[in-house]
Amino acid sequence: MAALCESFTLRGPGPGGGGPGLCLEPGPGHDLVLLTERGRAATLFKISDQKPLGCWSVKHGQILTCPVVCNFETHEYIAVHDDKVLRIWKNEDINLDKAFKATLSADVYRIHSLPQGGPVVLFRGGGVRTLDVLLEAPQQEIENVVSGEAIRWSGAFMEGQQPVLIFTTEKDGEFFVYVQKPKLGSLHRYKLEQQESAKPLCFTAHVTNQTVTLLCLYSNDSVYQVLIPLQQDTEEEEEEEILSKSLLLNLSVSGAVLKGTSLVVLDKDHVAVLGSLAAPGKEPRECLTIWNTKFQTLQTSKELPLGTSGQLWCYEEKFFLIHGKVLTVILYKCETSSLAAAVGKLKDSQTPDVSLFLNWNTLEDEELMVSFQSQESVALKAESRMNLRSRRSTAEQPMTLPVGQLLLNLKNASTYVLENELKKLMAKAPAPDLQATIGCVVTALIDRCKRNPKYYPQNFLQQILETHELSYSLCPDLMTVALEKKDMPLLQMCLERFPDIPEEVTYTCLKAFLSMSEAHLQTLDVNVDSVICYIDVDMDDQEVKTEIVENGFSAEMDQDMCDTKMPEESHFRSRGESCPVGLQKAALLNAVLHSAYTETFLLPHLKNLPAQQAILFLRYLYYLYVKCSEKVNTTLPGIRSPTINQIMDWMCLLLDAQFTVMVMLPEAKELLSNLHKFVRAQVRFYSELNKIEGSLQELQRLNHLRESQTYSIEVLEII
Amino acid sequence: MGEFEVHRVRFFGLVPAGVRCLACHPRGARLALARTDGAVEVYNFAANYFQEKVIPGHDARSVESLCWAAGDRLFGAGLGGDITEYDLPGLSVARAVDGGGGPIWSMVANSTGTQLAIGCEDGSVKIFQVVPGGIQFERNLDRRKGRVLCLSWHPSGTQIAAGSIDFFRVIDVTSGQTVQRIMVNHQVEKAQRECVVWAIALLSSGTVVSADSFGRVQFWDWQQGTLAESHTISTSAALSLAVSEKEDSIVVGTSTGATYQLQLLPVKLGGLEKRWVRTKPFQFHSHDVRAVAHSPTALISGGLDAQLVIRPLMEKVQKKGYDTVLRKFTFPHRRLVSCARKARLLLFQFSQYLELWRLGSTEETGKDGEVLPVCRMPEHLVQLKSKGPEHIYCSCVSPCGTWVGYSTASRFQLYRVRCDGDGVSLRKVPKVPKLLPPAYQLQFSADSESLFVASARGCVHVFQLLEPGGCKHLHTLQPPSGCSEAVYLLAPSADGHWLAAVSGDWAIHIYNLKCFKHHCVVPTYDCAVSALAIHPSTNNLVIAYSDQQLLEFSIPEKQYTSWSRAVQSWGLHRTWLERDSPITHITFNPKNASHILLHDTYLLCILDKSLPLPDDSALLMNQSALKQLPETARKRQLHAFKICKKFQPLLFMDLLDENCLVVVERPIMDFKTQLPLPVQQKKFGT
Repeated sequence: MAALCESFTLRGPGPGGGGPGLCLEPGPGHDLVLLTERGRAATLFKISDQKPLGCWSVKHGQILTCPVVCNFETHEYIAVHDDKVLRIWKNEDINLDKAFKATLSADVYRIHSLPQGGPVVLFRGGGVRTLDVLLEAPQQEIENVVSGEAIRWSGAFMEGQQPVLIFTTEKDGEFFVYVQKPKLGSLHRYKLEQQESAKPLCFTAHVTNQTVTLLCLYSNDSVYQVLIPLQQDTEEEEEEEILSKSLLLNLSVSGAVLKGTSLVVLDKDHVAVLGSLAAPGKEPRECLTIWNTKFQTLQTSKELPLGTSGQLWCYEEKFFLIHGKVLTVILYKCETSSLAAAVGKLKDSQTPDVSLFLNWNTLEDEELMVSFQSQESVALKAESRMNLRSRRSTAEQPMTLPVGQLLLNLKNASTYVLENELKKLMAKAPAPDLQATIGCVVTALIDRCKRNPKYYPQNFLQQILETHELSYSLCPDLMTVALEKKDMPLLQMCLERFPDIPEEVTYTCLKAFLSMSEAHLQTLDVNVDSVICYIDVDMDDQEVKTEIVENGFSAEMDQDMCDTKMPEESHFRSRGESCPVGLQKAALLNAVLHSAYTETFLLPHLKNLPAQQAILFLRYLYYLYVKCSEKVNTTLPGIRSPTINQIMDWMCLLLDAQFTVMVMLPEAKELLSNLHKFVRAQVRFYSELNKIEGSLQELQRLNHLRESQTYSIEVLEII
Repeated sequence: MGEFEVHRVRFFGLVPAGVRCLACHPRGARLALARTDGAVEVYNFAANYFQEKVIPGHDARSVESLCWAAGDRLFGAGLGGDITEYDLPGLSVARAVDGGGGPIWSMVANSTGTQLAIGCEDGSVKIFQVVPGGIQFERNLDRRKGRVLCLSWHPSGTQIAAGSIDFFRVIDVTSGQTVQRIMVNHQVEKAQRECVVWAIALLSSGTVVSADSFGRVQFWDWQQGTLAESHTISTSAALSLAVSEKEDSIVVGTSTGATYQLQLLPVKLGGLEKRWVRTKPFQFHSHDVRAVAHSPTALISGGLDAQLVIRPLMEKVQKKGYDTVLRKFTFPHRRLVSCARKARLLLFQFSQYLELWRLGSTEETGKDGEVLPVCRMPEHLVQLKSKGPEHIYCSCVSPCGTWVGYSTASRFQLYRVRCDGDGVSLRKVPKVPKLLPPAYQLQFSADSESLFVASARGCVHVFQLLEPGGCKHLHTLQPPSGCSEAVYLLAPSADGHWLAAVSGDWAIHIYNLKCFKHHCVVPTYDCAVSALAIHPSTNNLVIAYSDQQLLEFSIPEKQYTSWSRAVQSWGLHRTWLERDSPITHITFNPKNASHILLHDTYLLCILDKSLPLPDDSALLMNQSALKQLPETARKRQLHAFKICKKFQPLLFMDLLDENCLVVVERPIMDFKTQLPLPVQQKKFGT
């Protein structure tokens, strides 16, 4: 779980002002950060005290050209001004002019300071030197590695005892990745696989198991993951290696898209993204968000209404960003629950975890991608996701290729051809891959529906749903489109069959069902199996049931308990007895009652249910409840009819969610009062049962006592 | 197969004594347990938790604390004020030394097992040195007012934590001075009530863990004298605690019968900061849990309801086996009942007396499941009280029902029983040969003319019984290679030719009684023998091991029989091997040579050697299924194991004649009602 905690201001809108050119680096110890403002000054802050400990600035006319860093071993500060002039000083030095100075032969891009490896200097031309080597001969010649490419981002890590520097460059819209080990003098250049109509905005990287994981935030609102192996034979000189990337995360949540500007990795499952959340029809809002990459979910977010500079840093479980004009610190928590450890689920944390989690969303894209490329990406052994993919591709190469290819080819085919081809495809898909294939097929169909508003293959979709075990995550857009098209039968099927419908969608379906007119519903081909057995189809013959006896409790009996006699009671009772909704609507609502949900997630949505619909739904639930109670075993007849527990749970949920509405609305008064009376009668009835149970238990006990005589002679047959 | 007339006996009023303390052997292979009546038992983990050794109790020798020291030596201390060393091979008390501080409430050994510390009534903590052949008083540590109820030795041996009423203190062992004294009751509002520190543990990190009568488990930094964490785990007292060897898990027993596990877990996965978290609650006991132990793979608890519960920690277990299942032991793994078949008498052994009963009879017959009218009620013939504080080791009634013998730690008694009409007279046999007691097992020959007495160092004494009431020592049988362990099981053959004896080292020696010579040794099988018997017609020795294996050994041919080999190569049914309790008695049907009757606590089984063995796919307990089949269809379904689970818990079963069985049950509820009332807890709906 991840959560954003309190925030505070580290530095107010000082004379230097906020704005671009600010950069943060970790300071020479815990709770310290170094703030560099482009231009002249570097300030050391103690975070918890929210105050500066020291400030150094260069002379007028000089400009700091890269962030000041701290050498963690010697606790010295290192700055570069005017691209070439290196300055090194200590905490006690006050005047920077008197500090150690060395002029270098080439322009410095950035200095990276590593906790155990000392500072590493990256030059504009791509050359890398450790500071020690550089200081031995400051005027040494620095080679030019990149030709005409501009460095966009750089990062440094320790890999074993080796510092590793990785940087990305851009030239003519193409991106390259360089990996350098300055101590070994090794250099690798890779080309980053291109993404159509999108380019990387921000990079971040970390090293695990000798593999650099480079995460790139692209302008198409997605985060891609690129794996770069560190252990490679240095001899072979390949002409140009292309790094393939895989989609890690789609920055969209319920229709809203996050236009990210900065990306930070928190742990192996969590990333933080700073950006502006743009929902259709709403003003974009700047937000700091934490995402779970494993489950593809937005874990938490915080709005930043004053705007940010788009930069985000993260040290020691704190985010640093410029909010408005002030440098703000936001604490966060990002923990993996240790409960798993307690119950022994995490016994071997050492073994490489082969994740069995398949992300169907990504899979579809990957499969399409695979078909795009003629060559299969290089499988990296260390990474489990890649493992998975390479296994898939070797085993199912002949199949996956046609699927992706076919779907592409059919993009513009006629409806008839498309459906025929897809049917053929599904018929011959091999069993292990069937699910994924069908997921692709449905997605392809839905995509076409989206492009062509007139196209909607209702029968075909129904057929697929009926014959195959699909799930929501396999075709997330299906229900959305069905909702748009008001395809109630399809939604009913989805609700009955999908095990993993998000609560939001369930709610949307419920709302749609409730708002649909009965007349329109009667024209639809809704499956009414679940209601036909208990709803009185002929609603006119009410005189047959003049007196209803509920579990032996005549409704009349409770009237004395009723505080205020209602004049139109008899009228109301007749309404309560007959089903408040039509056959079709009841069947649809039953489908909703059947779907799986989590209370906490459903409740906020239910609060939005319009009052009239809530009352109608409650009335139906009440009707079901009464119907259930008529039978001794409190079950409704029929296939897929709701159980008493489902009815009760939904009733509680609805009452919880709509509490104020129920209190305020005059129409609800009668219903609630009747419901209350009925529940009270039931409670009394069950308490009577309790008594009987007690007596029976006592009888049983006596019976048992008699049996437990101390001696008996019995006959035992052994065969 | 046929119908049996089953005499279902429930008048054996055995009340097993509650568990007072537990001690896990440092290497984890054995568990020592002491009961409230002073009995000490040793369970062997490797042999399916078999109750390997039992040293019966003693009225004056309560055991408050047990510990293993100097390797495999077991010491106990109790309110008698003595420190007792047990002779485990000889199943007796080896020696006792006065602690010198009044009643002893607690005793601990240091991590190397070279020293013992005792906590006394007078508030003193005394150190004893464990030396070969005994213990030696070394020194007194700082004495303070208030009995010392619990002790814990720091793994390094430098400090001892001692818990008393309202406070505990930490004593430096080298200087003998109290270096810290911490009051435990000051945070509680009801401070008038005293707070008893029932259990304490001093961890290697310097943390003191205390369990007190307010139901709290508290973690203290003793050097600072500050409370680090406090967990209120129960509304009633926390009575016992045990720490795992790695000090990352604690088990706590409470007076409501619940046990709790606390684990030291990282606050954040992979993080360094760790905190104690109460993880698993268990409610296995109905009464106080006075004793807990923490083996590497299991939580062990013993309650005043006499139950020993071994709850495996599944996360620590690598593969499925006997020890991965929850085990509960209430009844001893040995027989307390003997039966005179011909006279239809039952002899019940209690801790300090014997009861002789005559079974009733019926004249009716009936169909399966029917209860027959009893025409003669069972009769309690006589109660024979053992004199003195010592508890009874073993007892036996002869097949003819005229001899009764029993033994305590120091005395062996033989009685002549005469039933004339309604009256029963009991006469002590004078001048019983003086041999080194105790006897661990008594067994009369089938013709009731001789008595076999199992004794220490592998010896079996053979007595000749003389009319009208005399007894003569005939011979002492001894394994030729010698043996240090006592004999605990005997099996004479019906023809009086052979005798099989099992000693504590699990070797089975067979003696020829005609010439009093050692005949052979059954090939060693490395597991405890739980029961054995010699077949009356074939002289095959049937042996049941505590790992549920069954072997048949032909005594005349000195080798395993072909049936036994077939069983071994075919393998016993999985369900049979996974059973809970060991076979405690084997008997045979004299009219049908292929039948072997066995029972454990939960089932009785008639093993028909003439039928095929079941394979794992077949249903082992198929009796109820068979009963529903028509006669013709049954044939194909039959297999060798005919199991009946109707009678539970089963303490004894024997065949009186061809189709008459006697079973002795002791329903748990019957003896639970005789236990002192547990802490009352409100249950929902009562």
